[in-house]
Amino acid sequence: MIWDVLGKLLHAFLVVGLVLPLMAALMVWAERRVSAFMQDRLGPNRVGPAGLLQPIADVLKFIFKEDVIPGHVNRVMYVLAPLMVFVPALIVFSVVPYARGMAIAPLNIGILLVFAVSSLGVYGITIGGWASNSKYSLYGGVRASAQMISYELALSLSVIPIFLVTGSMNLESVVAWQAQNVWLLLPLFPAFIIFLVSSYAETNRLPFDCPEAETELVAGYHTEYSSMKFAIFFMAEYINMITFSALVVTLFFGGYTLPFLELPAGLWGTVLSGCIFAAKVSFFLFLFLWVRWTLPRFRYDQLMDLGWKVMLPACLVLIVCTAGVRAFIWPG
Amino acid sequence: MSTQVDIVLDRPQQPSEHQILNMGPQHPSTHGVLRIILELDGEIIVKATPVVGYLHRAMEKIAESMTFHQFLPYTDRLDYLAPLANNVALTTAQEKLIGVEIPPRARAIRVLAVELSRISAHLLGLGAFAMDLGAMTVFLWTFRERETIYNLIEHLTGARFTTSYTRVGGVANDLPEGFIPELRAFLDEFPARVDDYERMLTSNRIWVERTKDVGVITKEDAISYGLTGPNLRASGVEWDLRQKRPYLGYEDYDFDVPVGSVGDCYDRYLCRIEELRQSHGILLQVLDKLPDGPVLTPRTHVSLPAKSETLRGMEELIYQFILITEGQDAPPGECYFAAENPKGELGFYFRSKGGGYPDRMFIRAPSFVNLQILERILPGGFISDVVAILGSIDFVMGECDR
Repeated sequence: MIWDVLGKLLHAFLVVGLVLPLMAALMVWAERRVSAFMQDRLGPNRVGPAGLLQPIADVLKFIFKEDVIPGHVNRVMYVLAPLMVFVPALIVFSVVPYARGMAIAPLNIGILLVFAVSSLGVYGITIGGWASNSKYSLYGGVRASAQMISYELALSLSVIPIFLVTGSMNLESVVAWQAQNVWLLLPLFPAFIIFLVSSYAETNRLPFDCPEAETELVAGYHTEYSSMKFAIFFMAEYINMITFSALVVTLFFGGYTLPFLELPAGLWGTVLSGCIFAAKVSFFLFLFLWVRWTLPRFRYDQLMDLGWKVMLPACLVLIVCTAGVRAFIWPG
Repeated sequence: MSTQVDIVLDRPQQPSEHQILNMGPQHPSTHGVLRIILELDGEIIVKATPVVGYLHRAMEKIAESMTFHQFLPYTDRLDYLAPLANNVALTTAQEKLIGVEIPPRARAIRVLAVELSRISAHLLGLGAFAMDLGAMTVFLWTFRERETIYNLIEHLTGARFTTSYTRVGGVANDLPEGFIPELRAFLDEFPARVDDYERMLTSNRIWVERTKDVGVITKEDAISYGLTGPNLRASGVEWDLRQKRPYLGYEDYDFDVPVGSVGDCYDRYLCRIEELRQSHGILLQVLDKLPDGPVLTPRTHVSLPAKSETLRGMEELIYQFILITEGQDAPPGECYFAAENPKGELGFYFRSKGGGYPDRMFIRAPSFVNLQILERILPGGFISDVVAILGSIDFVMGECDR
């Protein structure tokens, strides 16, 4: 019993405390390298092989920077805000089955937990923007709350067809369903597009990075943050990217499985499934970078229009259609 | 100006609860030290007050205590994205005042220099515009081409940035060996590069939505606010000094002047893209028709004699001494010359009472005049539109504040 709990804790610590931050660090490196190659530059290539240790140097720099708390801020909120963004980002990953039989918390309400927790992150951003007591931060915070609430809606609704089709909210069973039948991407392609676009908005990545919008709001909600507090905001963004890529893969691309590939039993099967999952996630992480370095930024009102007038109705139509198909044509 | 601004800031809180947002002079997208005081209703701008002068260096006053040639380096620091074009505009104005004809080869080289810097300036304007709207990659792509142009300029003048290339009576030196093939290589690949930028932006849905019908400047407004350059032409006014009042032999080159229809940010973007192509065409024509001959007029009271002759000949030494100590002697009178620079009409006004120093000089800086329109077109837009409009107006504070 006690070993069981300890084992689970260790598992959680390893994945959430070690692997995710490392992945985030790797993503920072990838972002800089990939953008550099897209832009005919080299990017960081001095620290370690191919600049791989650059994120570590960055973290060290952040740690040694003076931790400035401006005099005009609300201290408690100001300090709490980065954590309120960072912690939900870490928690969300716990329900994702990242290899066969491997998820920190294989809950049967998995996807609900994702939405419940990930929507907490917006509080951190809004409070950070408000507590900074600076106009640019405030605008960033207000934009963030409006944007994330709008897109949360589309995001959650786009997942409903999946429940209708697979009959489960447990991510593990969604994967199992896809392994048996077909990747959900094919029957639910519109849902996939909506989910993908909304996840860009959820993670505040271009073309939806209005809350940061460095050329408009200087740095948006984290204008007044420095040192590790800024770094935590920064890490949270990358961890969110990883989580949402993992969710896309799990929900629409068969998770850790491959079609026509029988995973061998035992440890090697688990490792192989983990590798498959990692490869798929990497592709979507690359997509995040690719989009960011290609597209310009939406204007705030255009982004709201897209959310409310296009994505939301599309979601509703899709849900009705899926339900209809499920009820009359293909009941099961 | 500052008193007026203080009034705006000290005004007691109005019942409408508009928020004042101070954008600049330290802001990532005010391109230097422009400051705009925005009165906001939510994210919508109610009133915008541009404040300029943070980079004022009293250049016009400084010019009064300098010989004509001594002022040349100051023009490198006007529109610092196109120093060569400023050099050319200044010396052409001075030549008009003093009354100097320059050799045909010097004229061609000047056209070459101006068009090269026009490409460089428009590339930066385009890149910064794109970056302000979040398309970072285009910005760095334009810098790739600008790097090549800077290499070319370094080859031509010896300096990448502060060129000071022209002289009253011509240019400092002839095209160096190997310059023409180098330029041709650049021109060969340039159209494909412009296509690349267009592929990233022109029909990009987000780009179009961000720029179409944003910051519309009507034809009447454009004229009454004194806009010049691509900003004026994008509003549908066909006015290009290179065609309307040709100088430096521009009438011999065949080029089109792109004109917009709506006058929004998108039109301004398209105009600049087309001007890149037209400048490319002019450069090719210059290279094809490049005449032979000297690049500096041999008039003794205007241009310095060759160093070797100065060291040997009595007369040359005297002229050298006079030119260095007293400068070129300008007859009493006044003159105004305006050149079509990348940002618009850069004009130099000189009043002379005779002697080597101007009595008064005035610079008509296109960026300064173009910025006036902000007060008119910003209200009603969003904060995000401010950066789009600023990017599309394409100004340089070094020139605005001079």
